[in-house]
Amino acid sequence: MLREKIFQTLLKISAILCGGIVIFIALFIALESIPFFRSTPIYRLITDQSWHPTEQLFNLAPMLWGSIYAVSLAILIAVPIGILVAIYIQFYAQSLIQSLVLQIVQILSGVPSVVFGLWGLVVLSPLIAQISGPGTSLLAGGIMLSIIVLPLIVIITNAQIEQFEEDYIKSALALGMSRQSIIIRVILPGISSGLYAGISLQIGRALGETMVVLMVCGNVVQAPLNPFEPVRALTANIALEMAYALGDHRSALFVSGLLLLLLVSAISMAQTKNRTIAYV
Amino acid sequence: MRIYSTLLISWTLISSLSACGPSSKPELPSSETTRITVTGSSTIAPLAAELAKKFETEHPEFRIDVQTGGSSRGISDVRSSIAHIGMVSRALYESESDLNHHLIARDGVTIIAHGKNPVKNLSRQQIIDIYTGKIRNWSMVGGDDKPVTVVHKAEGRSTLEVFLAYTKLKNTQIKADSIIGDNQQGLKLVANNPNAIAYVSIGAAEYDAAHGLSIKLIDLDGIEASTQNVRNGRFPITRDLNFVTKGNPSEATQRFLEFAVREYNQNIVEGLGFVAADAP
Repeated sequence: MLREKIFQTLLKISAILCGGIVIFIALFIALESIPFFRSTPIYRLITDQSWHPTEQLFNLAPMLWGSIYAVSLAILIAVPIGILVAIYIQFYAQSLIQSLVLQIVQILSGVPSVVFGLWGLVVLSPLIAQISGPGTSLLAGGIMLSIIVLPLIVIITNAQIEQFEEDYIKSALALGMSRQSIIIRVILPGISSGLYAGISLQIGRALGETMVVLMVCGNVVQAPLNPFEPVRALTANIALEMAYALGDHRSALFVSGLLLLLLVSAISMAQTKNRTIAYV
Repeated sequence: MRIYSTLLISWTLISSLSACGPSSKPELPSSETTRITVTGSSTIAPLAAELAKKFETEHPEFRIDVQTGGSSRGISDVRSSIAHIGMVSRALYESESDLNHHLIARDGVTIIAHGKNPVKNLSRQQIIDIYTGKIRNWSMVGGDDKPVTVVHKAEGRSTLEVFLAYTKLKNTQIKADSIIGDNQQGLKLVANNPNAIAYVSIGAAEYDAAHGLSIKLIDLDGIEASTQNVRNGRFPITRDLNFVTKGNPSEATQRFLEFAVREYNQNIVEGLGFVAADAP
């Protein structure tokens, strides 16, 4: 009886601690941003000429777009490839190759992002520079982020396919459907909501990724539509400038942190809502 | 068992939290060890740490805490008495005349390019034109027909301030292709991009160039970029590395300051690629 009580209390404390930390951090970031909102009207975050905080110019919008562009590019590259790899593993690969590919994917998912960043800086960027531009660019960032996100997309898709109701596949087979059309018409639609949840988790992860984008994106504050141009992500901005920032500059960086937090929570909330609908 | 470990974890957390206290707001304890806190420029930090190590071996009753965070942090920490000594890698501004400075070394900022770049010399005006986007091709300054990749530093870095003071440019005027944080990032980027131009600390650049990194130091208006020329005052982009104090420093701080400028420390200064301060 006592044991049960203690166990329950422990569970409760863990839950409170877990939720509390998030709230505490969010509060802290909001509190640190307040000095900025006091001295500067909020619309200046998008109407100022540029981001030159030491000259009192605070336009954050290009970096918000920079983050969104780089992550979109990464998702655009990683999701189709990831799904195709998972389908290959599940339905086409021989068991030896299947376990080999899964092993490699798992190793890939454990590589620290700074190692990827180094590779991107030394190998990928010079390659891109040979085509056009300075090399460190939106494209380099998108590709590096897609490499970071890819393994988990494969793993998530793979797990979803494994959990997929076998009866559906059997019925489809009984109806005389080909393997290809079973995959496209039965399995993919069936796992789509789980897949969507997994992908939005990865979007959050890519948005928060700092070291890689800092190393390969070039960090120029602009929002180019040309992928060969450099961009600066919100996370890279904080990492680049926080150690040297004072006063309004410092709280402006906290504002960009707050923005990032809101963006990630919006994605996560949209995903939860979507999943509830799917289950209903 | 589980509860004991939870208790243990929370105790560790609490004690580590309280351990943060003294470093953020140090007071000189009356016990046998005297603590001196030094904060500021990351350029000076390695030098300060080396000096501190030597000082501590000679005087075991002192503990010296070196923390980085940029010259501006050094200034503000000394002003608010969070630190005893601030490290500031530039001459003090007029608005900072409330503080005392002690010149401990000099550092040159050099322009670097890729090792295979045929350009050997640039004039001040050419550098200004490159950084403001008037010169966009190396052929306009006697190099190959390749676009220039302009590498610039993030806001708040003192190398940036030294560079802006030399070129008399405002940060808003500069058109960069890539923005970096510290010297090492700049050196790696340039070594991997044949078209890049950047500016970094001369000590770091000379060291890496001598140790096989594919970069070259560009001469300025015919003056060779070398620590030698920083020492004799001929090289135009230099900065002072200062220790900064407020009011009458405590006896402990005074002793460390005297130690830091003592002549036999110059091998430490030069070992780190800086130039001794009181050389002619």
